[in-house]
Amino acid sequence: MDPVSAKYIGAGIAAIGIGLAALGVGNVFGSFLEGALRNPGAADGQQGRLFIGFAGAELLGLIAFVVAILLLFVV
Amino acid sequence: MAAGKIDPMHQFLVQPISNRLAVGGYDLTFTNSALFMFVVLGLLWLFMLGGMRRQLVPGRWQVAVEGMVGFVDNMMRTSVGPEGRRFVPYMFSLFMFLLIANLVGVFPLAIIPGFHTFAVTSHITVTAVLAFFSFGIVLAVGFWRHGLHFFSLFVPHGAPWWLMPLIVPVEFISFMVRPFSLGLRLFVAMTAGHILLEVFGSFVVSGLNSGGAIGPVVSFLSFVMIVGVSALELLVCAIQAYVFALLTSLYINDAVNLH
Repeated sequence: MDPVSAKYIGAGIAAIGIGLAALGVGNVFGSFLEGALRNPGAADGQQGRLFIGFAGAELLGLIAFVVAILLLFVV
Repeated sequence: MAAGKIDPMHQFLVQPISNRLAVGGYDLTFTNSALFMFVVLGLLWLFMLGGMRRQLVPGRWQVAVEGMVGFVDNMMRTSVGPEGRRFVPYMFSLFMFLLIANLVGVFPLAIIPGFHTFAVTSHITVTAVLAFFSFGIVLAVGFWRHGLHFFSLFVPHGAPWWLMPLIVPVEFISFMVRPFSLGLRLFVAMTAGHILLEVFGSFVVSGLNSGGAIGPVVSFLSFVMIVGVSALELLVCAIQAYVFALLTSLYINDAVNLH
């Protein structure tokens, strides 16, 4: 295979990880909303934990993005 | 620029805007990155200047400044406790610098030809230095308050002793990787958003230039997408500054209270 096309295919495969991180972020906010609607009084106190979970889920997707960018522009 | 491919990475280029200046082997040239850091500093200074009047009945501006200070103060109190108030000056500077730098980065100055704002936080050199400041404060506070007892951070309570050879290295690695993940998150989130905006902007231009029947449709759809992505970017700017400050406050909590 041509190395340049292999590079682009690899970047495309790395982009799948970003979609999986989107599932994770949606899961974080969806679960928070589910719990917050059951007990709205406790929801405000948990916003810090909500954003910690969001940051963790998002970071892994951003690493997939870094891999794609490294393949496209650096390798 | 309109003819040919539009390079989405061109906006991140650090360009010198003064004469070359080298001191002792280090390149100290004044660049557009440094210029926009001064712009952010100036904006932050103006923002605080308007709110420091100490009126008994605060005006709108003073309420805005007091609201931001109260927000950071509340964040430190909930995540660190009463000890956390000592770190409010650092956390406030960090949070406001990142927030204003992110917002200046997406400010649409490029509608004036020849000008474009430079997103300071889209460079890992800037975000990593801020992350290492936070990490250095965690280390300094931890060792100053607890001495060598600070290493008990790596030994969670209630874990069985035979798991220690596994848990301690894992905790150590997760502790050491913190500054990198902190800097990387902000830098990549800002870079990704700016590339996305630039790519859709290039779709608008090349769609109009293509001359075909489908070109204007693509341009219009891309333009609608830019409006939506810009709104999302404003949200991401605020969330990333908040997440950076929140994680720093959690790490400081580890150093102060040793879980």
